[in-house]
Amino acid sequence: MPVIDLATTPLRELNRSLHNIQQGSNDLSYEVANPRGSHAVAVGIDGPVVVDVNGSVGYYCAGMNDGGTVTVHGSAGPGVAENMMSGKVVVEGDASQYAGATGRGGLLVIKGNAASRCGISMKGIDIVVHGNIGHMSAFMGQSGHLVVLGDAGDALGDSLYEAKLFIRGTVKSLGADCIEKEMRPEHLQKLAELLEKADVKNVRPEEFKRYGSARKLYNFNIDNADAY
Amino acid sequence: MSYHNPYTPPRKSATFDDYTLAEIRRAAATGIYDIRGAGTKRKVPHFDDLLFLGASISRYPLEGYREKCDTSVVLGTRFAKKPIHLKIPITIAGMSFGALSGPAKEALGRGATASGTSTTTGDGGMTDEERGHSQTLVYQYLPSRYGMNPKDLRRADAIEVVVGQGAKPGGGGMLLGQKISDRVANMRNLPKGIDQRSACRHPDWTGPDDLEIKILELREITDWEKPIYVKVGGARPYYDTALAVKAGADVVVLDGMQGGTAATQDVFIENVGMPTLACIRPAVQALQDLGMHRKVQLVVSGGIRSGADVAKALALGADAVAIGTAALVAIGDNDPHWEEEYQKLGTTAGAYDDWHEGKDPAGITTQDPELMKRLDPVAAGRRLANYLKVMTLEAQTIARACGKNHLHNLEPEDLCALTMEAAAMAQVPLAGTSWYPGKGTF
Repeated sequence: MPVIDLATTPLRELNRSLHNIQQGSNDLSYEVANPRGSHAVAVGIDGPVVVDVNGSVGYYCAGMNDGGTVTVHGSAGPGVAENMMSGKVVVEGDASQYAGATGRGGLLVIKGNAASRCGISMKGIDIVVHGNIGHMSAFMGQSGHLVVLGDAGDALGDSLYEAKLFIRGTVKSLGADCIEKEMRPEHLQKLAELLEKADVKNVRPEEFKRYGSARKLYNFNIDNADAY
Repeated sequence: MSYHNPYTPPRKSATFDDYTLAEIRRAAATGIYDIRGAGTKRKVPHFDDLLFLGASISRYPLEGYREKCDTSVVLGTRFAKKPIHLKIPITIAGMSFGALSGPAKEALGRGATASGTSTTTGDGGMTDEERGHSQTLVYQYLPSRYGMNPKDLRRADAIEVVVGQGAKPGGGGMLLGQKISDRVANMRNLPKGIDQRSACRHPDWTGPDDLEIKILELREITDWEKPIYVKVGGARPYYDTALAVKAGADVVVLDGMQGGTAATQDVFIENVGMPTLACIRPAVQALQDLGMHRKVQLVVSGGIRSGADVAKALALGADAVAIGTAALVAIGDNDPHWEEEYQKLGTTAGAYDDWHEGKDPAGITTQDPELMKRLDPVAAGRRLANYLKVMTLEAQTIARACGKNHLHNLEPEDLCALTMEAAAMAQVPLAGTSWYPGKGTF
């Protein structure tokens, strides 16, 4: 397995290697040593490559991931797995702001806490946070699932479209047009599937509440002006 | 002799003129502000307020039709492995599929390609037709990230990080439900028929330090091949230009308040942002202060209509210009041919700006399949190519008269201003003087 040491190797070389992996190649697993908070680590992966990052990373780790499996054995800075298309990104520690922002697919698992705006403008990604999430999470979330085992901060799901939010703990406040919704069997089934994929043990889907859009702000209406 | 009070005609207020009164009544009746497309309609100091001096005893001209006047420009020479080479310094500004119909986007691509210049995507992502018909395509990276994906990023020729636009610096957008067809909805990952808000700021970065890291990420994803533009609205051009350069931009795109939008509040369009003329010199000054003029290219947009406007923008220090509204007019927007239908919509050719409603008789700002059929993208593309050719010839005519063998050799010294305002904004002397406001002291 190739090991790329960012203490001695430029970031460019890491990302170039990850982009140049040919189909059928034997070396599909990479280890990144000494990331030391580097930005844009393992971005733009477009194949089934496996990357283990041994340490904490800065902004946009695994940005636009399309098919890769990236594990951060540490914490991640802002925008981890932003605009992910497919694949899986796991953060063993905490994640900063905008985790999974605008993601279109794939699974983002954060084993610690996620800061504000987790899942902002999400467009199909599934996000599972083992800990808590900060304020304005899933703001303008369009589709996909956000699962939080802990608590959610202020203004959860503000201006939400069709993303589905499952929170196990407390919600400090709901954002505009976000309401609690009935948990139906199909939701419990989806939740069970996501918990399993995210390696969550001893937690039952029935322990969560579901939140979604009231769909009252879908078409502009002057009588709703106070909601904004 | 008896005295009769003479007749005095009714006097209307200059402050409360007929249009203002009508707007007050409209607001009172509907309870909602006016939303429309296009740029500012108020009169602001503009390129019309500048003149070229032409040649004289100390400046000799070049022969028209004989001596060469180059028009080429290369954008993205700072960091990108593959800079953009354009035959003319007039590009097509970002306009979305969604706001514009498929045939309109195709026409823009055809016209630009025939002219050796670039087109630009908009909110909503890149379509195959657009990519296919545009030899050089700039891919906008917008706050909404509708349609954003790494494959399109890689098949673009350049990336434009949009921070703001001249019609609404600080504003997002709204594509109303009536323009959300199945295809538009699918590209934007949203249900059909609902209003789609385009965010006013990016979801995963704020401020110049973050932007620097975002640009690094985009470069890494695209292996440092693509030029990265940063587009700003005309708000604080000196600082925005300097910060874009600091963040690592290859190209700064600066859009003044005459620049159009698909839709926003009229109050926003008319009252926020600065005229294009006022934006150019501060931006050029920032580039010069950083030693980056001509190294980071400056593209100016907002109210460019003719070769004279192109020449004036370049003389003030821009490397290229972008056109949006003018390009739409060239392909058929607001054409008197459709006057009868404009009348039915309560407007007239030349004033139609309800682009967000999707009822454009010309088939341009619509997703209605029947209306779209009215625009022949081949013929419309040819009109755009013709128009670009005329603009280029006009700019060359002026440049030759000023003795310049490349449009980029035009300079502020070639200009004078007709008004004090224009003299101050463009920092060129008031005609007949050697002075402009702010130069020297009284």
